[in-house]
Amino acid sequence: MDRLALDVAHLFAGSLVLVSFMLLYQDRMTGLINTFAMHALVVSFSVAWQAYIQLAPHLYITAAIALGVKAVVIPFALHRIVVRLGIHRTIEPVVGIGQTMLAGIGLVALSIMVMLPITAQAGTLAREDLAFALSVILLGLLMMVSRRNAVSQVIGFMSIENGLILAATGAKGMPLVVEISVAFSILIALIVIGIFLFRIRERFETVDIYVLHQHRGEQP
Amino acid sequence: MGLGWLLWCIALLLGTSVAAAVGARHRPASTLVYGVCLGTSAVALVIAAASLIAGRALTGEVQLPLGLPWLGAHFRLDALAAFFLVVVNLGAATASLYGLGYGSHEEAPERVLPFFPAFLAGMNLVVLAHDAFTFLFTWEFMSLSSWALVMAHHRERGNAAAGYLYLLMASFGTLALLLAFGLLAGPAGGYAFSDIRLAAPSAAIGGVVLALTLIGAGSKAGIVPLHVWLPLAHPAAPSHVSALMSGVMTKVAVYGFVRIVFDLLGPPDWWWGAVVPLIGGITALMGVLYALMEHDLKRLLAYHTVENIGIIFIGLGLALAFRASGMQAAAALALTAALFHVFNHSLFKSLLFFGAGAVLSATGQRDMERLGGLIHRMPLTAFAFLIGSAAISALPPFNGFVSEWLTFQAILLSPSLPQFLLKFLVPAIGALLALSAVLAAACFVKAFGVSFLGRPRSDAARDATEADRWSIAAMFVLAVLCLVAGILPGYFIDALAPVAEALTGARLPQQNELDWLTIVPIAQSRSSYNGLLLFLFIALAALLAADAIHRWASAAIRRAPPWDCGFPDPSPMTQYTAGSFSQPIRRVFGAVLFRAREEVDMPRPGDTRAARLHVRLHDVLWDTFYVPTANAVQYAAQRLNKAQFLTIRAYLTLVFGALVVLLMVLAVWQ
Repeated sequence: MDRLALDVAHLFAGSLVLVSFMLLYQDRMTGLINTFAMHALVVSFSVAWQAYIQLAPHLYITAAIALGVKAVVIPFALHRIVVRLGIHRTIEPVVGIGQTMLAGIGLVALSIMVMLPITAQAGTLAREDLAFALSVILLGLLMMVSRRNAVSQVIGFMSIENGLILAATGAKGMPLVVEISVAFSILIALIVIGIFLFRIRERFETVDIYVLHQHRGEQP
Repeated sequence: MGLGWLLWCIALLLGTSVAAAVGARHRPASTLVYGVCLGTSAVALVIAAASLIAGRALTGEVQLPLGLPWLGAHFRLDALAAFFLVVVNLGAATASLYGLGYGSHEEAPERVLPFFPAFLAGMNLVVLAHDAFTFLFTWEFMSLSSWALVMAHHRERGNAAAGYLYLLMASFGTLALLLAFGLLAGPAGGYAFSDIRLAAPSAAIGGVVLALTLIGAGSKAGIVPLHVWLPLAHPAAPSHVSALMSGVMTKVAVYGFVRIVFDLLGPPDWWWGAVVPLIGGITALMGVLYALMEHDLKRLLAYHTVENIGIIFIGLGLALAFRASGMQAAAALALTAALFHVFNHSLFKSLLFFGAGAVLSATGQRDMERLGGLIHRMPLTAFAFLIGSAAISALPPFNGFVSEWLTFQAILLSPSLPQFLLKFLVPAIGALLALSAVLAAACFVKAFGVSFLGRPRSDAARDATEADRWSIAAMFVLAVLCLVAGILPGYFIDALAPVAEALTGARLPQQNELDWLTIVPIAQSRSSYNGLLLFLFIALAALLAADAIHRWASAAIRRAPPWDCGFPDPSPMTQYTAGSFSQPIRRVFGAVLFRAREEVDMPRPGDTRAARLHVRLHDVLWDTFYVPTANAVQYAAQRLNKAQFLTIRAYLTLVFGALVVLLMVLAVWQ
C-alpha cells in the first residue's frame, strides 16, 4: 500500500509537470485554455490522493475547490472572454518551441538538483513533490516570460498557483484556511485581470502587451 | 543595580528630548533642558566611575522586551562599557554646562534642544548595548540625532552639503558594521554578544570582519581616507555639539572597534597588528597636515580629531600585534595607552571646541585671519584654550603627554615581536607619530598665536567680550582635569586596569603605590615618568625666572623709535598670519600631499595695483577616492535609469532570471 501510495502520488505530480510542458507549446487560445483545465484537473486529483493517503479530509475540500473553480469556472470564463475579445481564432506566435522546451527541461533538472539535496531529512513523499512543484512554478514563470498575449500570461500565472498548491499539500498539515484564501485571491485576480483585459482592449484594440508598452506616457 | 540606574538616566534623557520637542519655543526651555542633561549625565558619570573603580560589584546585565521579539534588547555594564560611559558622560556633563550659557544665544533653539538629549541618550545606549540589533539601532539613532544637530543651522553656506556627506558616510559605515555583525553571528544567527563571543570565526572571516569594522567604526571615528565628512560636519554644529561630536562621538566609534575586534572577534592574527597601526600612523600624519593648512578655527580642531584618532588606533593596533604574539603585558600597555588617550582627547578636544565656541559667539568669526589679540578681551578663555593647546600638543605636565608617552613605550617594545615586518614597521610608525606630535605643536602655536596674540585683525575681534560664566566654568573644569590627569596619571592607569585585563588578559603593574606618584609602565630600569615632579619643576622654574626678571630687569621706561623690522606700518594687516605661519610646512609637504601651486600675480610696470600671491591646494585623498566613486555612481545611475522604462515582460524576465540564477547558486553551493 505504501509503495503504491507513493507511486500514485508521483504519477500525479509527474503528470502535472508534463501538462506544464504541454502548456508551453499551445499556440491557440482555445487549446491553451483546455490544457489549463487539464492542469487544474491533475492538481485536483493529486490533492485528492494526498487527502486519501494522509488521512486529511480537509484536503478533499481543497481538491473540490481546484476542480470546481480552476478546472471548470475559470476555463469557462476564459473561453467567454476570449470569444468576446474575438481572439479565439488567432494564433499566438510562440517563438522557438524547441528552445522553450529545452529551457523547460533545464529548469526541471535545476529544481531537482536544488530540492533533493536540501530536503534530505524530509519524508520521501514531500521531497519528490517539492521538486515537481518547483518545476511547475518555474515552468509557469517561463511561460509568463515567453508569451506576449495577456491571456496566456494569466494562464501562466495560474499554473504557478497550481504548483504552489502541489507543494503545500505535499507537506503535511497545511491549514485549509490558507488554501481557501489562496484560491479566493486567484479568483479575484482573474476578475481583476479580466476587467483589465477589456479595458486594455477598449483602449488599444489589442491585448498584445508589446503594443501596450508603446502607449506608456513615461517614455524616457 | 548600576545598570538599572543608568537605563533610567537614559530614559529621562529621551523623555527630555520629547518634552523639548513640544516646548522648545518657550523661554526657559533652554536652561531647563541643559540643566536636566547636566544633572542626568552627572549622575550617570558617578555611576559609571563607581562601577569602573569598584570592579565587578556594580556591573550587570539586563534583557528588556524591546526590539526584535525573539532577541529582546540586551544591555550590559562591564569594565569597558563603564570606562566609555565615563568618557561619554563627562563630555556630556561639561557640554551641558557650557550649553547653559552658550545655548541662550541660539537663534533657533527648537532645532537644537530636542536633539541634544537624544544624542546623549544615543551615545550612552551604544556603549551599553549587548546585542547586534540594539547596537546597530542605537548607533543609527546616535548618527541621526547628531545629523539633526549638524543641520541645526542649515541655511548657512556649506552646512547642508556637510550634512548630506555626513549622512552618506554614516549610512555607509553602518552598512559595513551590519555586514560585520552578520559574519560574526554566522549561519546560526546568534545576535546576542554573548553568543557571538562563543562562536569562533575562521581566520578569513576574522580578517573580513576586521576590515568591515575598520570601515564601519573608522568612518565614524574619522580614520583616513574615511575622514572627509568629519572636518565639514563637526564644525557645522553648534559649538557644544561640535565638542561632543569630536570629543565623544568619535570615542563611541573607537568603543565600537574595541568591542568588536578585541572582545567579540576572538584571538587576532599578527597581520592585524600591522594594518591597524599603519592606518593609525597615516591618519595621524594626514590629520595634522590638513590641520596645518586650515585657517578656520573649528575646522582645524576637527582635523586634529582625525590626528588623535590616528594616535589611538596606533595604540589599539599595537595591542593587537602584541596580543597575537602572546605578549600580554605589552598588549595591556598599548591598550591602556590608547584608552587613556581616548579619555585625554575627550577632555582637551571638548575644552578647545568650547574655547572656539566662545570665540565664535564673541566675534562671529571662525576664520583665524580675522581674529587676533583676543587674550586682552577674553583672558579666561585664552588661558583655558592655552591649557588645551598645551595638552593636545603633548606637552608635559598635561595629560596629552602621558598617553602619547605610554604609546611610545609600547612602540619601544616592538623589537621583541617575532615578526620581522612588525620589527621594522612599528618603529617607522613611531616616527610618523613623533612627526605628527611635533606638527601638532606647531599647529597649536599657530592657532593660539594667531587667534589670541598680536593685534586684532578685524573690528569684531577688537570688540570681543569675555564669554559667560557657565562657559568659563565648563572650560575650567576640563582644564583642571587636563592638569590632574597629567600629574596624577597613576590613578587613571589603575582605573583602566580592569578594562585591559578583560581584553588582553594582563594588567599594568599597580601604579598608585609607587613613591612620589611616579608611573612605571614596564620596569623601573626601563622608563618612568613623574608628572608631579615635572610640574613642580616647571612651575618653580617659571616662577624663579619671572621673579628674576621682575627683580633684576630694569624698571625704567625708555622711549625709543619703534623697532621697525617687523612693524614699520601700524596696520594689523602687517602681522604674521596663519597662512604665513604654515607656509614653510606647506612648502615641505604641500607639493606632494596637497599638490600645492603658488603663483605670483605681478602687476605690469606702471600699474599701481598690488601684487597677489595665489596658493592652490588640492585634497589628493578627495580626488583619488571620492571623485571617482561619485563619478562611478553617477555613471551607473545614468545607465540603470533605463531599467525604469522596461516592458512588463522584461521585468518578468528579470525576476525569472534572478530566481534561476539564485537557484543555480544554491545547486552549485551544496
